[in-house]
Amino acid sequence: MKKTVFLGALTATSLIAGAAAAATLDDVKARGKLNCGVTTGLAGFSAPDANGRWEGFDVAVCRAVAAAVLGDPEAVEFVSTTGKTRFTALASGEIDLLARNTTWTFSRDTDLKFDFVGVNYYDGQGFIVPKALGVTSAKDLDGATVCIQTGSTTELNLADFFRKNGMSYEPVPIETNAEAIQQYTAGACDTYTTDASGLASTRATFETPSDHVILPEIISKEPLGPLVRHGDNDWGDIARWTLNALIAAEELGVTSANVAEMSASAGTSPEVNRLLGTEGDLGAMIGLDADWAAKAIAANGNYGEIFEKTIGENTPIGLARGLNAQWTNGGLLYSPPFR
Amino acid sequence: MSDSHAQSVAFVRDTVIPESPPPALETGVVKWMRSNLFSGWFNTLLTLAAIWFVFMVLSVVVPWFANGVWEASDIRQCREIMAGSGGGCFAVIADRWQQLLFGFKYPSEEYWRPTLAFVLLFIAIAPLLFSKMFPRWMLVLTALYPFVAYYLIWGGTILAPLVALLGFVAGYFAYARVVRRSFAGAAAAGVVVAVVVWTLGGYVSAAAPGFMAFEPVASREMGGFMLNLILGVVCVSLSLPLGILLALGRQSNLPVVKGICVVFIEFIRGVPLITLLFVANVVLAYFLPPGTNFDLIVRVIIMITMFASAYIAEVIRGGLAALPKGQYEGAESLGLDYAQSMRLIILPQALKISIPGIVNVAVGLFKDTTLVSIISMFDLVGMIRGPILASTDWNGVYWELLGLAALLFFVVCYGISQYSQWLERQLQTDHR
Amino acid sequence: MSALTDPHRESFRLSMLLSDTRYRSYTFQGIALAFLIAVMAFLGANLLSNLAAQGLDISYEFLGSPSGYDINQRPIEYDSQSTHLRASVVGILNTLIVAVLACVSATVIGVFAGVLRLSNNWLVRKIMAIYVEAFRNVPVLIWILIIFSIMTVSLPAPSAFRGEDPDSSLLFGAFAFTNRGVYIPAPIMGPGAWFVIGAFIASIIGIIALRRHAVKVLYDSGKVVKTFWPSVALFFLPTLIVFFLLGRPIGLDLPALKGFNFQGGIQLRGSLIALWFALSIYTGAFIAENVRAGIQAISRGQSEAAAALGLRPRRIMNLVVLPQALRVIIPPLVSHYLNITKNSSLAIAVGYMDVTGTLGGITLNQTGRAIECVLLLMLFYLVISLSISTAMNIYNNSVKLRER
Repeated sequence: MKKTVFLGALTATSLIAGAAAAATLDDVKARGKLNCGVTTGLAGFSAPDANGRWEGFDVAVCRAVAAAVLGDPEAVEFVSTTGKTRFTALASGEIDLLARNTTWTFSRDTDLKFDFVGVNYYDGQGFIVPKALGVTSAKDLDGATVCIQTGSTTELNLADFFRKNGMSYEPVPIETNAEAIQQYTAGACDTYTTDASGLASTRATFETPSDHVILPEIISKEPLGPLVRHGDNDWGDIARWTLNALIAAEELGVTSANVAEMSASAGTSPEVNRLLGTEGDLGAMIGLDADWAAKAIAANGNYGEIFEKTIGENTPIGLARGLNAQWTNGGLLYSPPFR
Repeated sequence: MSDSHAQSVAFVRDTVIPESPPPALETGVVKWMRSNLFSGWFNTLLTLAAIWFVFMVLSVVVPWFANGVWEASDIRQCREIMAGSGGGCFAVIADRWQQLLFGFKYPSEEYWRPTLAFVLLFIAIAPLLFSKMFPRWMLVLTALYPFVAYYLIWGGTILAPLVALLGFVAGYFAYARVVRRSFAGAAAAGVVVAVVVWTLGGYVSAAAPGFMAFEPVASREMGGFMLNLILGVVCVSLSLPLGILLALGRQSNLPVVKGICVVFIEFIRGVPLITLLFVANVVLAYFLPPGTNFDLIVRVIIMITMFASAYIAEVIRGGLAALPKGQYEGAESLGLDYAQSMRLIILPQALKISIPGIVNVAVGLFKDTTLVSIISMFDLVGMIRGPILASTDWNGVYWELLGLAALLFFVVCYGISQYSQWLERQLQTDHR
Repeated sequence: MSALTDPHRESFRLSMLLSDTRYRSYTFQGIALAFLIAVMAFLGANLLSNLAAQGLDISYEFLGSPSGYDINQRPIEYDSQSTHLRASVVGILNTLIVAVLACVSATVIGVFAGVLRLSNNWLVRKIMAIYVEAFRNVPVLIWILIIFSIMTVSLPAPSAFRGEDPDSSLLFGAFAFTNRGVYIPAPIMGPGAWFVIGAFIASIIGIIALRRHAVKVLYDSGKVVKTFWPSVALFFLPTLIVFFLLGRPIGLDLPALKGFNFQGGIQLRGSLIALWFALSIYTGAFIAENVRAGIQAISRGQSEAAAALGLRPRRIMNLVVLPQALRVIIPPLVSHYLNITKNSSLAIAVGYMDVTGTLGGITLNQTGRAIECVLLLMLFYLVISLSISTAMNIYNNSVKLRER
C-alpha cells in the first residue's frame, strides 16, 4: 500500500512539478484543506484542547484564512512545529502558512526567503521571577541562572541584553515550554525569559500565579506574525489581507454577531461594504469569492473578539491590549484601507 | 545381650540409630541463608548493604503507590486529596489514558480499531515466532496481517489494502511461473505484474472511496504508544528484506555492489539516529521533487527503516559468516547459480542463526522510536513532554507519567528479550 | 593427431553479458552503478531545483559569523561574539567530555554489576538481575528524562542554602548538591604546584616499577615480595612530603553562595550529571551482560584447574578468568562506547550543550542552514565512530588468540 501511495505521489508530482511552487492557492483549493504550522502547544496561542481541537490566537489566523479561501474554518490541517522545524516545514511546502508566534526579523524576511504578511501580536521579551527573590528590575539579574526556550530569537536578545549591561549570567537552554516551567518552578533557574505574552500564559498555569512577577523591562521588539514562502505573492496577499480584514473589522465595528446581517446587503459605510463584498469586487482581485472577508470574520470574529476569547483579560492568560490596541485607541494596529 | 561379646567389647550397637534431623544450622531456610547470604564476612556485608538498599527503595516506592490518588480532575485537586502524604498522583494516568495510548488526534470513537489491530498482531506473529507449535498454513494469517492492520488503523475504503494485497498475490504468481527459468527474470516479472495490478486497482479504489470504508485517519493523527508500536513494527518488517539485501551485497564479490553496501552500512551505523531524524524532519524535503509532500511519519519511517536495515545487515552478515564454508561449496558443486544457492541453501540457515540478533536489534529499535518525540511528534514520550505536561491541569506530574512510559516499554521489551533467549536455547539444542 | 588444445576461444558477443557468468557480473555492476548514479542525480537535481526555487544556496560562510548566543559550559574561551564555528567546537568538546566520562563510569558500573550477577550471594544476584533487566528494557531517553527530573525536583535550589538556619548545607563544607548541579572544590595552583604533581607522577611510576620488580623476583626465585603496603606508602608519602615542604602550593577554591548562585569551585551542571549518569547506568546494564557472558564463556575447567593449583578465588578471577574473558568482552564493549557517543546526542532533551545542541540546535535555528548543519553534524559523528572502531580493531588484532 505504502508503495502505491509512493508511486502515485511520484507520478502525480512529475506531472505538476514546476507549477507547484508558484500557486499555493490552487494547491490549497485542490486539497480542500489549509496546512497551517503552529506550535507544539502554548496556552492561549495554539494548543489542542482536551478533545484534540486546536484553539488559540494563532490558530484563529489559520482558521480565518481557511474560511476566506475555502469557506470553512474547520478545513485546516494543523501541523505542530518546533523552533527548529518551522522554517523548513514552510520552505519545503509541508505547510502553506506558518502562524507560530514567529518574530519578524530582517534576516528571516530576506536571507531565509520568507514573507511576513503582517503582525498579529506586538510582543517583547521579558523575564519572570519568583517574588521571593526580591528582584524588581532585570538590571538586578547579574549572575543569575536564566532558563531559555531554545530555537528562537530569545537567546540572541538575552546575550545582547546582558552584554550591553556588562552583566554575567548562566543560560540554561530548554527544549519545550513545559520543561522550562519545570526547571523554573523547581528553582533550577532564577528567572525564565521568553516573550512577555508567553510569560503571562505560562504564569497562568502556575499553582499560585501571584507568587511570580513579570519584570517591567522588555528587552526586545518582537513583532509576531504569520508568514508565507517568498515568491508566491498572490498567496501572500491573501494571507496579508485576511489578517488586515480581521483588524479592519474591529475598527469598523464588524463582529461575528453582526457580520451575517451586514454582509447580506450594502449598508451605509462604503468601506464596510467593500470589506464585506457588497460593493465593488475586492475578492476577485485576490482570486477569492466576494464575501471572503465576511467568511473570515464569521469564523472567529474580528481581531478584538479573537483577542478577548483567547488571550484577553478575561482568560487565564490575562493579557491587556497594550500595544495591540487599534491605532484609534493608542495602539499599533493599523490596517491599510480596503479600497 | 549376648555373653560372648561382654568380655571383649564394652558396648556394641546392633540396631541402626534412627535418622535424626540435620543440625538446625545445616537445613532448610537457615542453611540456604548461610550458604547464599552469609557465607563469609564479605558476603554478609554485601547482604546487609543489599537489604538496606532494598529497604530504601521500598520506603520511597511503597508509600508512593499506597497513598496514590487515582481520581482527581487536575493536579491541584490531587494535592488536596493527598494532603502531603507523599503519594503519587496517578489520576493523570486515569484522566489521559486514551491520549497516552492513542495520541490526542485519533478520533475517540474509533479507538477499537487500533486496539483490535494490536490484538490481531499477536495472532499474526504467533505462527512466525513459534513455528513449531502452529501449523504452517497459519503463516497465511501473518501475510494477511499488514493489509488488515492498515485497513483498521488508517481506515478508508477496504479496496485500497485489497488492491495492494492483490498486487502482491499476482506478483507472486508471476514470479512463481518464471522462477524456474531465471530468478532475476522472475523478480522483474513479479514487480511488473504487481505494479500493473496496483495501477489498475488504484483507479478502482479511487472510484469507490466509500466502499466498505472506515472513517479515514491521516498518519499525522497517530500518536501515543500506538505510534511507537506502529513505527517499531513497520520499520522492523520493512528493514528485514533491505537488511538481507545489504548483507548479501556486502558479502558479494562484485566490487561496486560491495562498495555501495559497505559505505551505506558504515555511514548509517556511524551516525546517531537523532541526526537521521533531523534529516527526515528538516533536510529530506529538499531532496524530494518540488511539490512532493510526505507526511512526517512517512519520512520518519523511511529514515528509521534505513537505520534498522544497516544494523540488521550486520547481524545477518554475522550469520552468513558463521555458516561453514562447506555449505557454500556444496551449493556450488550442485551447480546452483548464485540466486539459487542463496535462496535455497545459504539464507535459510543464515537467517535461522541470526534470529536472536535480529530480535535484539528489533528491541533496540523499538526503544529508539521514543526519539521521534524530539522532532515534535507526539509518541508516548512526546505526549508526556508536550500536551500533557504543558496543560494547566497536569503541569508538574512527572514521575507517574515517566514511570508509566518506562513500565509500558519494559513490558514489551522484556517480553521480546525473554522470547529471544528462549529461542536461543531452542536453536542451541538443534545444533547439538 | 591433435594434441590437447586450448578450448576454442569464443569471441565476445553482446549476449554474453547476460548469459555468461564471466561477464554477467559486469552487467550487474553496471546496472548497480547506473542505478546509484540515477538516484544521486535525481536527488541532486531535486536539491538544486528546490534551492533555486527558494533562492537559497549551500554555503558555509555562516560558520565565520558571530553566533550571538551564550553557552553555559565552555571548555574553551567562548562568548556570544565568537563565531558559529567556535560554538560548534565548544559543542564537540562537550560531547567528548560527557562521552568519555560516561564510558569510564559505564565500564566501572558494568564490570561491577556483571561480576556481582555471578556472585554466590542470592540477594545481590537478584538485585543485579533486576537492575540489568530494568535498564536494558526501557529507552535511554526515558531514563535521561527521569534522572533529570530527579535532579531538578529532589535536590534543593541554591536559595535553600541561604539564611541563618538554611534548609540545606554544604557537605563537608566543600560540596554543594543543588538542582543546578553539583559544586565541588577546585584546586588552585600556586607556585611550585608542578613539583607536587611531578612527585605524584614519579611515585606512580615507582609503584609500577615496584610491582614489576616483585613479579620478576617471583618468577626468578619464587619469593613473594609484598607490594601492597609499600605501594600505599609510595602513593601518599612523597607527594605529601613535597606538598608540605614547599609550603602547601596547592589550595582549594571552595564553592560559596554569592548572589544568585554558588561561585568558585567547579560546577558540574545538572544537565551534564543527568546525561552522564543516565548514559552510564543504561549502558552499564548492557556491559554487565557482556561481562557476565565473557566470564561464563571461560570454561569451568579453567577455574577448577586454578583452584586445584591452590589459588584463592580472587586470584583465580584476576589471574585466570578475567584475562581470558577480556578477549570476549572487549569487542562488544567498544560498540557500547560507540553507542554512548551516539546516544550522547540525546543531550538535547536536557539542554546539555553538546554538538547537537550548538551546531544542530541553536546554530541551525538561528541561521536556518539546515542542510549544512545536519551534514556537518553527521560528519562529526562519523569521524568519531570510525576512529574509535579503527583504534579498537587495531587493539583487537593485537590481543587476538594466536593459534599455533
